[in-house]
Amino acid sequence: MKKIILMGSPNVGKSVVFSRLTGANVIASNYPGTTVDFSKGSMRLDGEKYEIIDAPGTYSLTPTNKAEEVALKIFKKGDIIINVVDATNLERNLYLTLEILEKKKPTIVALNLWDEAQHTGITIDVKKLEEILGVPVVPTTALTGEGIKELISRLKEAKISKTRSTSEKEKWVKIGKIIKSVEKVEHRHHTIRETIVDATIKPATGIPLAFLIIIVSFWVVRFIGETLVNYIFDPIFELYKPVALQISHLLGPGILHDIIIGRLVNGDISFMESMGLLTTGIYVPFAAVLPYIIAFYLILSILEDSGYLPRLATLVDNVFHKLGMHGHSIVTVFLGLGCNVPGALSTRILETRKQRFISATLLAISVPCMAQTAMVFGILGRYGLQYILMVFLTLMILYLLMGLLLNKIIQGESPEIFLEIPPYRRPSLLATLKKTWMRVRWFLKDAIPWLFLGVVLVNILYSIGFIDWIGNLFAPVIEGILGLSKGATTALLVGFLRKDLAVGMLLPLNMTPYQLVIAATILTIYFPCVATFTVLLKELGLKDMIKSTVIMILTALTVGGILRLILIGW
Amino acid sequence: MIKNIIPLLNLREGKEGKIVELRGGFGFQRKIRVMGLREGKKIRIVSIQPAGGPITIEAEGNMVTIGRGMAQRIFVEVE
Ligand SMILES: Nc1nc2c(ncn2[C@@H]2O[C@H](COP(=O)(O)OP(=O)(O)OP(=O)(O)O)[C@@H](O)[C@H]2O)c(=O)[nH]1
Ligand SMILES: [Mg+2]
Repeated sequence: MKKIILMGSPNVGKSVVFSRLTGANVIASNYPGTTVDFSKGSMRLDGEKYEIIDAPGTYSLTPTNKAEEVALKIFKKGDIIINVVDATNLERNLYLTLEILEKKKPTIVALNLWDEAQHTGITIDVKKLEEILGVPVVPTTALTGEGIKELISRLKEAKISKTRSTSEKEKWVKIGKIIKSVEKVEHRHHTIRETIVDATIKPATGIPLAFLIIIVSFWVVRFIGETLVNYIFDPIFELYKPVALQISHLLGPGILHDIIIGRLVNGDISFMESMGLLTTGIYVPFAAVLPYIIAFYLILSILEDSGYLPRLATLVDNVFHKLGMHGHSIVTVFLGLGCNVPGALSTRILETRKQRFISATLLAISVPCMAQTAMVFGILGRYGLQYILMVFLTLMILYLLMGLLLNKIIQGESPEIFLEIPPYRRPSLLATLKKTWMRVRWFLKDAIPWLFLGVVLVNILYSIGFIDWIGNLFAPVIEGILGLSKGATTALLVGFLRKDLAVGMLLPLNMTPYQLVIAATILTIYFPCVATFTVLLKELGLKDMIKSTVIMILTALTVGGILRLILIGW
Repeated sequence: MIKNIIPLLNLREGKEGKIVELRGGFGFQRKIRVMGLREGKKIRIVSIQPAGGPITIEAEGNMVTIGRGMAQRIFVEVE
């Protein structure tokens, strides 16, 4: 099968074009570095099937980070190249275009963001550009789909340009000439709108605004999440309960009952504690976590699509630089708050091994995913907000302290920030809903198998006495150092599979709120879940991952011990 | 009018200048140019983050945040 590759600078709309061409959905956001891995799709053209690959964005064919390395590798395998170009920034985009043309692969150029170019008063003579480049050029507005039909119909015309190889210097001269002959720009005035927009990146106004935006975002996530739980998901499960009880009745006692329904608490099903497939196994993902996942990703989509994140990255760069990373790592934190897996992948946009190591390790140590956060709300919310705050405050302080420390001890460079700030764009409702739905589906698809496995495993291990055995084995640490009850060992064990299930397992242990705070914090720190671990292993390599794991476990014990001293005493 | 050539780092917020030189290796020059910051481009300082933080500049509608080390190696002409 022939491979068609989407190549272009970051944030020019490659992923939206990909979705248009293949019908497959991929994440697109208004900041550079959204796509860090490739996605494959397929397309039929005149009865022939083609494979289409969405590559990460790259400014040139000389990679400066891992994501760009991926792009280059994919490019080399391509049979046909669709070079997606930002029509509002033609000049600097042409550098990559010329580099691509010189590689002598059949190429077609999509002049994307055509709508924005028109709005900002940029006119481009497409015919002339086509003549100069020697390959087809098609204006597109991927967002609305305009021009995509033409792009598809002209795909066959993709050809090898006759342009000759030039040095870097010659390329810029050539670009200058091209721009002069094909582009006209109406003089741009600094508008009032831009002045307001600048306020979000100027420190005096931007920093207070950042706090406001973050606080409001978290508040809205919590509000939407709670509302969904209380008014939709809990009522549904109340209706379902008699059905589950009926099944419990039919099954009668035994191991099968334990696995499917779990243990009854005072003769009744407790969705959080029973630990059966049809009780806790479905309640945790659907009723306890899903509502917060929906809420979080709705808000994250808006932050991503508006173009605010790179501005936030600029504002926090200073702090992150002291932690051995740079401002772009805030994207890793935000993605990680949803799920650590995309968070771990996003470290690829950082330039050096040191930056990636610190960013990934801190992610694993002190950024709880939404599934875990939702459960922490679930078990601690009843005792009061202050307990929840204790968990998050500890994790935040830990992020800062560990960053300072790792920056000191990890060898290597941490280069300065160098980040394109895209224009603000109005997030479209449809795109927001679509993106949220995509992520919700991933959550359900990834979470449910692990949750089910966790439930089955716990029941089997319980029945063969393993749980008691391991509880006793680790008692000196769990009871002695961390001050928790022995049963927490099982929760930590299950935490390898799924953190949300693990948090739920703390409930039946009858621990005090302070003990729950310690346990919930430790659950975040000590180890990432299997899914994250596998990705981190791939990203960091075995040696660094071992290092990272040792750091996590040591940190967990230290922080747990300190919290115990402060909250409970010895 | 007297024209001065100074590092971008020395420009204050809101001030404008024209890029005249990128001092650094090939890699550095390419990195800066493909962001739309080329010799001859008019730039404006949008913001300067405090305590050694980065600088955000705008050139022809393009906004870029760069660290101070880089800002020291981009030279601009001011009036
Ligand atoms: N107005 C307008 N917006 C567009 C168009 N195409 C894409 N966008 C928006 O531009 C932003 C970037 O789109 P992406 O598809 O994520 O860009 P990308 O090239 O894949 O970016 P990276 O993966 O970071 O390299 C998103 O917010 C899109 O909604 C277009 O034709 N017009
Ligand atoms: Mg993309």
